Amino acid sequence: MTNVGIILRRELASYFATPLAYVFLLIFLVLANLFTFYLGGFFERGQADLNPFFSYHPWLFLFLIPAVSMRLWSDERRTGSIELLLTQPITLWQAVVGKFLAAWAFTVLALALTFPLWITVNFLGNPDNGAILAAYIGSALLAAGFLSIGSLASALTRNPVVAFIVGVAACFAFLVAGYPLVLDAFRSWAPQFLVDAVGSLGFLTHYEAISKGVIDLRDLIYFALLIAWFLLATAVVLDVRKSD
Amino acid sequence: MIKTEALTKRYGALTAVDAVSFTAEPGEVLGFLGPNGAGKTTTMRMLAGFISATSGRASICGHDVDTDSLAARTCLGYLPEGAPAYGEMTVRDFLNFIADLRRLRGATRARVDSIIERLQLQGVLEQTIETLSKGFRRRVGLAQALMHDPPVLILDEPTDGLDPNQKHEVRSLINDMAGDKTVIISTHILEEVDAVCTRAIIIARGRIVADDTPQGLAARSRYHNAVSLSLVRPEQLAAAQAAVAALPLVAAVEVDTIDARLTALPRDGAPLLSALSQLAEAQGIALKELHLESGRLDEVFRTITA
Repeated sequence: MTNVGIILRRELASYFATPLAYVFLLIFLVLANLFTFYLGGFFERGQADLNPFFSYHPWLFLFLIPAVSMRLWSDERRTGSIELLLTQPITLWQAVVGKFLAAWAFTVLALALTFPLWITVNFLGNPDNGAILAAYIGSALLAAGFLSIGSLASALTRNPVVAFIVGVAACFAFLVAGYPLVLDAFRSWAPQFLVDAVGSLGFLTHYEAISKGVIDLRDLIYFALLIAWFLLATAVVLDVRKSD
Repeated sequence: MIKTEALTKRYGALTAVDAVSFTAEPGEVLGFLGPNGAGKTTTMRMLAGFISATSGRASICGHDVDTDSLAARTCLGYLPEGAPAYGEMTVRDFLNFIADLRRLRGATRARVDSIIERLQLQGVLEQTIETLSKGFRRRVGLAQALMHDPPVLILDEPTDGLDPNQKHEVRSLINDMAGDKTVIISTHILEEVDAVCTRAIIIARGRIVADDTPQGLAARSRYHNAVSLSLVRPEQLAAAQAAVAALPLVAAVEVDTIDARLTALPRDGAPLLSALSQLAEAQGIALKELHLESGRLDEVFRTITA
């Protein structure tokens, strides 16, 4: 087993060592269903798809994902276990990736536990299951993007609460970057290419494209680059501040 | 073996470790002494590859800790200050995690069990680390550092916060383990140096101020070869003090009136014991105890690091 795998397994097990993981899963499932049925009007729409479910994910993730990632590195620094971990014969990069993948595996598990909705919609009608799968992939990528931002926020501080707040704020900025609210503020003074750049930096355009069932290579590259960049930033920050 | 050359760490204007150079050979147990904040932990962290040096070099078993970090860490067992671990893990899971990272498989995996037995951790294997006492936590940290049987051991304050029994236990463990390993332990407990170390380096304000055997360090004390006399009758104290001070070999006399004790410090380390016992007999001074001092490490420590 590689070092990344060993770290991933330990980290994932540590989520379930405390009630935190179960509380998180419960809250995620309750909120996801609440949004789908009440705000999304799952039944009233009379359509056999999961759009009401997926369209609320960005807002659900905005608060839940930073809660998953807040302890990734802040706890290691607070308890000093980072010194133990990083003096083992592993590279910093393996530790950063291993911990990130553990957090991602956990959120993918949470997503997978929403399968009763998929069964329900198949029971009620004939949905496009390919589109649903694409939407699940989009949702997992969105979660990964948020987690990589949260990983950096967690590396910046020893305090998990600070990491949570910074993480939510940063995720919010990336989420709304594609909204008219933000774009209009830029449009009044910035050249068009800058407005487009800010717009394309936002999660929402890429997420919505995928959740409509269109997996475009450009959207995948966007998420891959974004995640790689934030993990790299996490490693750089840790390298400088790990012993503080 | 461990080798450092002008190892230096600066934090802004503060020089935490200032051009530290030393070599530790296999079979040596090197005590790293110094007041708090002297740079012991910073030096050890650089050796363990946790922080990088501002300048200078260090190598472990010939592997540079900066350019060949993974190889250096493979040869090294390291106990960080305070023995940090993952509190929510059980002792067994934690040790298995480290064994996985250390690539202990098959026959070498059995070492995990022998180290558990050695450190008497069998009773707490299923307990989470956060519920353990300080002594057990330290032992878990030691198990983690020792399980891959590394040729080099760096232990940062391995006995800090332990009770006397646990201290004794950890020291005898280090003595047994040492063998042909290169061991560095940091401590500010001076008795530890006598108990486990073959060599001591005293570091103050980031610099090495003494590098000697424990005996050699003790010999630097003004109490080296001093003789203390405890009197049976306290009323003889003044007379005895005058008589002892009059001896040509005696440089100074210190008096402890509460215990009725005199300590005669020798001039140039001259032997005083027989002269003093003859004197006591001639003057009719009844002695409860006559004691030859080998030197006080704490006094040397204070003089050097002040």
